[in-house]
Amino acid sequence: MSASPFASFGTINAMPRAAETHPLTWRLRDDGAVVGLDEYRNKDGYEGARKALDMKADDIAGLVKEAGLKGRGGAGFPAGVKWSLTARGEEMPRGYVVCNADEMEPNTYKDRMLMEQLPHLLIEGMIISALANNSFRGYIFLRGEYVDAARSLEEALVEAREAGILGTHVLGSDFDFDIFLHTGAGRYICGEETALINSLEGRRANPRSKPPFPGQSGAWGKPTVVNNVETLCNAPSILANGKDWYLGLALEGSDDGGTKLFGFTGQVNNPGLWELPLGTTAREIFEDYAQGMKSGYQLKAWQPGGAGTGFLLPEHLSAQMCSNGIGEVGTRMGTGLSLAIDHTVSMVSLLRNMEEFFARESCGWCTPCRDGLPWTVRILRSLERGEGEQGDIEILEELTGKLGPGKTFCAHAPGAIEPLGSAIQYFRDEFEQGINHPKREAHGEPIPVGSV
Amino acid sequence: MDQPMNKDSLIFTDRPGSDFVLHDDDRHAIEHEMSHYENPRAASIGALKIVQKRHGWVPDGAIYAISDVLGISSSDVEGVATFYSLIFRQPVGRHVILLCDSMTCYINGYESVRETLKDALGISPGQTTADGRFTLLPVCCLGNCDKGPAMMVDEHIHGPVSPDNVMRLLEEYS
Repeated sequence: MSASPFASFGTINAMPRAAETHPLTWRLRDDGAVVGLDEYRNKDGYEGARKALDMKADDIAGLVKEAGLKGRGGAGFPAGVKWSLTARGEEMPRGYVVCNADEMEPNTYKDRMLMEQLPHLLIEGMIISALANNSFRGYIFLRGEYVDAARSLEEALVEAREAGILGTHVLGSDFDFDIFLHTGAGRYICGEETALINSLEGRRANPRSKPPFPGQSGAWGKPTVVNNVETLCNAPSILANGKDWYLGLALEGSDDGGTKLFGFTGQVNNPGLWELPLGTTAREIFEDYAQGMKSGYQLKAWQPGGAGTGFLLPEHLSAQMCSNGIGEVGTRMGTGLSLAIDHTVSMVSLLRNMEEFFARESCGWCTPCRDGLPWTVRILRSLERGEGEQGDIEILEELTGKLGPGKTFCAHAPGAIEPLGSAIQYFRDEFEQGINHPKREAHGEPIPVGSV
Repeated sequence: MDQPMNKDSLIFTDRPGSDFVLHDDDRHAIEHEMSHYENPRAASIGALKIVQKRHGWVPDGAIYAISDVLGISSSDVEGVATFYSLIFRQPVGRHVILLCDSMTCYINGYESVRETLKDALGISPGQTTADGRFTLLPVCCLGNCDKGPAMMVDEHIHGPVSPDNVMRLLEEYS
């Protein structure tokens, strides 16, 4: 391995890490090379899976529930609760555990690091999930662009099979379980868990109607649990060290247990990724780790965790990064990787860029999403040119309601309009300036981005 | 166009791209993929990627060839092929440039990189250079946001890219 083998090599490799406090990253190498099987085992690897092999499925799910592990993919659903809802028992067929490794949420670069550098941690997490959900097979649904992660995972899967960690006798037990890597071919919607199952089955990635939930009827009609990469990577340490230790990792005030991969990007001095306790304030991440804004840039707004989360103001940096902490200031923590919006960025232009993305990535299945998102793009483009009309902002506000939760087939459109609603709420004047802008008559050409 | 027709079923017997031959290695690779799933249909995306790896894109004849191997209809295979953005149903250049246009790269100035590429290569996103060297495509967040703007060429990720370094980066792709 060369000195800096992966795109994910960075701040996460340079920060101080310890087994007691950094369950996700303490095994990382300073040089960023992949942690292979021997090294992973020497660092207590597969100890959590060994403990899980001696436990009943319900007890594993219960332990993970009590440890306060919430889904790390963005929705934040408690992982142990999800596991406890999977249909299992003598009369049920054994189903699947599917790792959602389709990391495509804008501003998200955490799962890539785990898969490139720590593939065995994910495999161990999937074995534990398989035991809790009585799954006979696992799939890692990996986005097609992550070719380095695919290489790390394939090599680790071969190592694990040869060492008897996967296969007919997992770690010498009577439990049989194997994992296959399934690589995708683009499209953001594949990250929606039922769309992901359709894509896994070789179909177009349209979401499925729920109910039935995947835990009842998922891939090929069998009970299926879909978990994010980072979620699964938390399971080994919970099994190895217990729920009290895990709950104690989070700071006071956090409803969620454990640590989280946090990040900050944009025009900050030190953009990066760090493993920190849940409940760390956004200000600490922004100021101490990202080291604040670059000279000449001022923080205007920030987004806590991905394109589908709402905008917040600098004063909200005092919020704790955990589901309840960000919930209290009006949005969701999402993926926990934050983006700084600096004073040079027009909110109208930024939202135009974002809604172009969401409109392009709509699967087109349901009308509100298929027609509504391009409508927001058309309005935002005209506002950006200073050619908006009276009533445009009201239409956008109406759309934030009509594309909201419960109005569409899946969470794609609700995620798309959450940032739009908060941008209008906090920066309405910028949108109003796009209506009958004085420059309109003098400029036949579009007004440059950022000047409105 | 007059094409020979089967009078009984009114189906074109001379299907488009009938001169396409699926390479034996590719057929075996697709069959190996199929063994990983409960249903052969699940290998459809993998099969398209296998063919694309050899040919650079997925010609019409490959759609029929894959449908024969998987035992599903050609329209199903075409439906999948046209849904996914990284499956190319028309020829692309020798190297495919995926330029991230998501919000973090927007804030970090990807648009100036796009303009540099447009000027230097003489193509817009979605197009291929006349010499067949590059195809330029937009892509969702590449998960390289702390080093944005991000760009992927073939299997290599680059970042941060800028108007100053992007053309030099492309020199290694002949």
